[in-house]
Parts: sequence; structure tokens; C-alpha cells
Amino acid sequence: MLSRRIIPCLDVRDGQVVKGVRFRDHAVVGGIVELALRYRDAGADELVFYDITASPERRAVDRAWVERVAREIDIPFCVAGGIRSVDEARAVLHAGADKVSINSPALERPALITELADAFGVQCVVVGVDSLRDGDGQWRVRQYTGDPSRAQALPWRTLDWVVEAQRLGAGEIVLNCMGSDGVRAGYDVAQLAQVRAVCAVPLIASGGAGTPEHFRDVFVRADVDGALAASVFHTGAVDINALKHWLAGQGMAVRVPTRQRMQVGS
Amino acid sequence: MTMPLATFATTRSADDRQPSPSVVLVDAGGTNIGSMRYALQRLGVQAPLTSDPETIRSAGKVILPGVGAAAPAMARLRASGLVELLRGLTQPVLGVCLGMQLLCAHSEEGGVDCLGVIPACVRRLQPAPGLRVPHMGWNRLRACAAHPLLEGLDDDAQAYFVHSYAVPVGDATLAVAEHGSAFSAVIARGNFQGMQFHPERSAAVGARLLHNFLAL
Repeated sequence: MLSRRIIPCLDVRDGQVVKGVRFRDHAVVGGIVELALRYRDAGADELVFYDITASPERRAVDRAWVERVAREIDIPFCVAGGIRSVDEARAVLHAGADKVSINSPALERPALITELADAFGVQCVVVGVDSLRDGDGQWRVRQYTGDPSRAQALPWRTLDWVVEAQRLGAGEIVLNCMGSDGVRAGYDVAQLAQVRAVCAVPLIASGGAGTPEHFRDVFVRADVDGALAASVFHTGAVDINALKHWLAGQGMAVRVPTRQRMQVGS
Repeated sequence: MTMPLATFATTRSADDRQPSPSVVLVDAGGTNIGSMRYALQRLGVQAPLTSDPETIRSAGKVILPGVGAAAPAMARLRASGLVELLRGLTQPVLGVCLGMQLLCAHSEEGGVDCLGVIPACVRRLQPAPGLRVPHMGWNRLRACAAHPLLEGLDDDAQAYFVHSYAVPVGDATLAVAEHGSAFSAVIARGNFQGMQFHPERSAAVGARLLHNFLAL
């Protein structure tokens, strides 16, 4: 049975991992490779690296650290930030990333999703969606959220954009629920369940994790394939190894960190 | 480049002047070869990527990685003149993901005949309610035959899969995984073996399985 994935997200800025609250006020958490290895050892199923300023600054992701991570890490990882062409995606994939995630550039030019799917297969193409509820009660998509001075609301309804992204070739959707991001009050289960209903490809929840119960709830109530979190892992408020064991005890299909040994007889 | 070295019987030191590398990766034009090279480097093995027939023929071990679709991959192998060469190899050969599927007789993906060294056919995974295709993520391996490739594998071992086509359970199956129904996760016939998952992305479980292959 397919395991539900626990995915630490590492927001990268100027070569280091940072974390802000509600996408703002970023503070340094640590080094990229050092944190990646720590989470791998703790039992993370996958890692996502967001170069949070690449898209607003209109520059490509720095592939040097992608290659450093790929040399050290033996779990899948996805790179997001500033990828706006097949060539830029190829550079990141050749550097060793398993997937690329596109967000603002896909909103600028939706055909990019199809171009990437045709070039690398849908399994390599993740579409990140930053979503916030407006005054009229509708969830709508936000763009350039890495830079408060450029962040903007779009007319796309979140559900419509998720459907369109799949039609164009998205192999996975990461839904960043901005209203709950960084405040640790739980995932936006209501929104995620609605998106799940229109999402036939893997769906990853992002924004709001604070306790082990929040992970269980989003798996059980929104049927997401994976749950992404940052601050609770960075601060140690939730330990991934303990979380996996707890979820397994709750009857969830998860990968509990293995005792696998390399040498015969050990 | 300096890499942490673990010593295995199959590993030759970097300054060994041996003309034929102990392990080669067959260049079938896939994109994501880097992660497999790095995984082998972590095991102390420098594996060149090559489409040169003589280098492949004389290698101690051959790995056929694969990303993409079966039909274009077979077309590339044909264009490189590698089809008959790969069929005739007698050293241990490992096909990974699409590479495993290419070892089989036929694939439903593009309706293409493959290398045919393992008597099995590749079928599309059938979507069902609550069952996402592609099958993407970690899933449990269950061994169903004894084989040196599975030596020391934990009972609760999981590996990382990304695929939409699979080999049904059959005579060549060594281990299965379940996504809706059981399918072949590891297969072997003679000197040919295949892994449907990505050992290079399957943490300690994957490293152990690659280590076992290198020790064959």
C-alpha cells in the first residue's frame, strides 16, 4: 500500500534555509545540505526546496546547491523557484533533482506545464498553487508570494486552476494554503478536501501543521497523498521519526524509518 | 571529486588502470541519470555513462537506467545499435524503473517489443477510486523468492516508486508491491534483474539492494 508522504519544505534564500510567518519576515534556519541530511536521517519521505526569491527576482534557480544536495541525498527531492523554461528545468533535473515545481511562471504562461510534461514526463512536473480565501468566500490564486512588494491576487479560482493545471500536464499539485501557513493551527482541511475532489493526481497539503494530529487529520479528512511542513520541523516542535511512529499507531500507511543495515550479518 | 568510499568486492580504486570499468550505466538518453551515478559513488563505485558497445560488453556489471517512455527508449537503443548487444550480455545486468521494463518481452506503453530477456509483459496500472496513477511514492516490498539480490532486506522495507506501467506477478518475480493489486517490484531471470522502484532514491533500503547487485 502506498505510504502517505511526510515532506519537509526548505525555503532557500541566498544559499541558506529560511522561514517566515505567512510568507513574510524570513529568518535563517540553517545550511541547505546540513538540514537535508538531518531530515533524511529522521525519516523524511521527500524534500522540497523552494528558492523563494528566484521567481520575484526573475532569475533561475542556482543549480550548484541542487547538485550538492543530489550527491548527498538518497531520497527524492523537488526544486521550485524561477523555473520558467524547459532548458531551466532540464538544468535542475540534470543537476540531480527528481522533480521541478512551478508556480508563478505557470501562471504567467500556462503552456509551460505542457512543455515540461512533454519533455520530461508528468511525473517530473509539480505545480505549486498559493491560495488564499477572498472576502467573497472564494479561494483564489496568488502570484509572486516570495516577495511581499510584488505578491498579487489573480482572478483564477483555486479549484479552476487546479483542474486546468492537470489538463495541461501537472503530475502533482502542492496546495499552499496561505491563510494557515506558519501559524500552526492545522492544515486547511476544508479547502484541501474540495481540491482533492477535483484532483486526480497526487495532492500535497501545505501550510498550517503544528501537531501530529494535524497530519493525521489532513490524511484522513482530505485524503491528501502527502503533507508538507517547514517550521514545525525546523524548530523541532514535531520530530519526523516520532511523527511516523505515531501515525503508524493511528493506523495510517506510512514509512516508519527503517533499521535497514548495509552489511551482511549486521 | 572526492567521495566517501565504502569498499566492496566489485569496487576498483580510482587510479586503477583497468581499461574496462567494473560498472557502467547504459546511456539510453534518459534525463535523470545523475542520481544513479551519485548513489553508486556513495557506494564507492565510479560508473561511467556510455553507449559504446565495447565498453558495455567488457564491463563487470551493467546498469540500464530509464526515465521516459518504452517506445522512444527502445528506438534509442536500436539507433545506438545496442539491442542485440544487451540481449547477449552474460555479466549481471540491472534494469531500473523503465530499464526493468525494457528487459521484458513487450510493453503496452506504445505497444513496443522490448529486449525480451525476461519472459514477462509490461501492463498499464489500472486507475481505480482512491488509486492514483502514476503510482508515485514509497511502498512496501514483499519478498516472494530467495535471491542474493534481496539478501538482508528488512521485512518492512519500503522503496520509492514512480511509474504508470508495471510487470504483473509471474515466474520471474522476486518481490512484489501493492497498488490496488500486486505487481512485480523486483524480477530476475539468469543474469538479468530489474527493480521497478528507484533504489538510488530509496534511502538505506535502496543502498542495500544496489550493494547486493554490486556483490553478485
